[in-house]
Amino acid sequence: MRKLFIIALKDLKLIFRDPAALILMLLAPFLITLGMGFITGRFSGNTNAGISSIPVAIVNQDEGELGQALKAVFRSEELADLVAPTFPTRPEEATRLLEADEASAAIIIPPGFSNSIIPDEGGSISGDIIQIDFIANPNAPTNAGILRSILNSFLTQVEVGRIGAEVTLSQVAQTGKLTPELAAQLGEVFGTQLAQQSAQTRPIQLKNTTASGAAVKFDLLMYFAPGMALMFLMFAVTYGGRSLLLENRTGTLPRLLQTPTSSAQILGGKVLGIFLTAVTQLSILIGGTSLLFRLDWGQPLGVVLLILAAAFAASGWGSFMATLFKTPAQVANFGSIIMLVFGLLGGSFFDMSLLPEWVSMLGKITPNAWGLQGFTTLAGGGTLSSIGEPLLALALMGIILFAAASIWMKRRGLARK
Amino acid sequence: MAPILEVRDLVKKYGDFTAVKGISFSVEEGEIFSLLGPNGAGKTTTISVISTLFAPSSGDASVYGFSVLKDPMAVKGCIGVVPQELALYEDLTALENLNFWGQMYGLSGKALSDRIAEVLDQIGLKDKAKQRIKTYSGGMKRRVNIGIGLLHKPKLLFMDEPTVGIDPQSRRAILDSVKELNQQGMTILYTTHYMEEAQELSDRVGIIDHGELIALGTQEELTRQVDETDTLVLHIAENEDPQPLVERLQSLDGVRRADAIDHEISLITHSAQELIAPAIRAAEETGIKIYSMDIREPNLEAVFLHLTGRALRD
Repeated sequence: MRKLFIIALKDLKLIFRDPAALILMLLAPFLITLGMGFITGRFSGNTNAGISSIPVAIVNQDEGELGQALKAVFRSEELADLVAPTFPTRPEEATRLLEADEASAAIIIPPGFSNSIIPDEGGSISGDIIQIDFIANPNAPTNAGILRSILNSFLTQVEVGRIGAEVTLSQVAQTGKLTPELAAQLGEVFGTQLAQQSAQTRPIQLKNTTASGAAVKFDLLMYFAPGMALMFLMFAVTYGGRSLLLENRTGTLPRLLQTPTSSAQILGGKVLGIFLTAVTQLSILIGGTSLLFRLDWGQPLGVVLLILAAAFAASGWGSFMATLFKTPAQVANFGSIIMLVFGLLGGSFFDMSLLPEWVSMLGKITPNAWGLQGFTTLAGGGTLSSIGEPLLALALMGIILFAAASIWMKRRGLARK
Repeated sequence: MAPILEVRDLVKKYGDFTAVKGISFSVEEGEIFSLLGPNGAGKTTTISVISTLFAPSSGDASVYGFSVLKDPMAVKGCIGVVPQELALYEDLTALENLNFWGQMYGLSGKALSDRIAEVLDQIGLKDKAKQRIKTYSGGMKRRVNIGIGLLHKPKLLFMDEPTVGIDPQSRRAILDSVKELNQQGMTILYTTHYMEEAQELSDRVGIIDHGELIALGTQEELTRQVDETDTLVLHIAENEDPQPLVERLQSLDGVRRADAIDHEISLITHSAQELIAPAIRAAEETGIKIYSMDIREPNLEAVFLHLTGRALRD
């Protein structure tokens, strides 16, 4: 185990002594995020200089509190500069606005949405949760991405509130004192609170602060920063995967195999090195953007777990690539392509919903997509329970890729003549 | 003396290509044993198998009684390896490299730091230990490469062509250090394609060609095979093309082989003395001036020529 850490720390030291790697791992994502900040007027405070008045068509067919709450979010003072909502009554009208490029996205709140989450007066819920339709305008990818982030944040709050209510109700039910009348009353109270909470008290974490500390508006950088960090995370793991092949070529891997160190220790050390590099890179980027850009990444424990999970999944890809290719140059070349493709598929550049559904599904094989989902959820006020799905997906991805890499490596042998 | 390394019918195949074809030899404690052969003869592959890097296709080797097949970790604990290529981390300092590799050999704490200090002293890089390897000259890198192999004081040291690609001064220093290590009691298996190195260092030599061990013994035993063979060396001007003279000399009676390397022509013959006059005449006929001549005793180069019909550098 000791040797495993010695090898990993050696690799970590080597990557942080490579100026080219540092530029791509840390400087590039910082600069791109910084550039996006300037383009969008994030640093000047001048909303006219950046993205503002994003047109969005919201069709509310729901007669309950949550539909109203979502409309209230888009009409709120905090978002007044950023979005310009219209409220057509029929989905066809919203589609027409999209086709005429008069809306960056359409949000259709279907009938029964609230009742699928909040119990009615009789204390019953209408079955499965009804999904809100989000239709993005392909001509306005960035705007659509921002609107989706706002919607996701709202839904996260709804989900958090719903789970909280369910837990409370089930605890009351376990006491044996929950009568149908009491359940109906509690449902009503929770429903009202949920709608209020979603629309007012914790409005999708629109509380990113300025230097003065005053609550202002939705922070665009919280959309771009995780995307860039995750995209360049793939560079770090590609570099790590490449180092295994490079060590074989320069002779240090065969030399390691001639010391009293097992193949498993060497491979484990290399993989741990990739993982530590990824964790360090993400931590520096997240810490750096928090300090320099005053970004609020959300609940710290959730952020830490997401860093570990995203680094684990990405390291799996790095290890898998090292077994897939034969030369360091191949890994470097294909790694760059994979980094960009994963960035595209994973939503680092624009909203995934703009792409055909099968492409969006394909994006799920990338750590970028799950990582981005997790980070934006946390930044939008999500809690640990609301990032369970991305955490699980990233962990599974890592396990599958590491298993595949191990099997392949065992068949092929660590050192090659 | 008891053999500490025994190689038995060792075969190593890569697909259809057989790199090592059933070689057997043993190395006794305290000796320098050289494997001499041209590039691609199978020297590095043999060392790779004995040092447990690759499993043999058939046959076996044992170090201090530990089989490379059955107990590779025990073998690794007894041996030190100085690979032909510079297996170093260029972005780490010499100190960091020695520290890392020392830990890989199981050293730690004070034992490691003491040993690093000794090795740095031994390789003469104490003052530059905190410089990154990439700032070193080729010779300095070679010295660190050797130093790593010595860190854990191995009983048996494998040195695979440690002087390839370095200047004569560094080469001399390495050869002297090999002799010094041997005097300190270390057993050394040395591979080279330089006849002079094998001749200077070795107690015994194994000549390897095309994956086969074609001769084995002390230098006296080997040169006895070509006892009646002399080498007459003709030195010509650097700007002369030696080829016409080589062709002319080849046709002389008594010349078994004529080869030109740069501006030096070597004639393998039964009697060098008898060939001096005909060689001078041949040079006059071809218009090439001979600057000097010397006669060399039978050596390992001649043995290799005798056995394979080729020069070591062919």
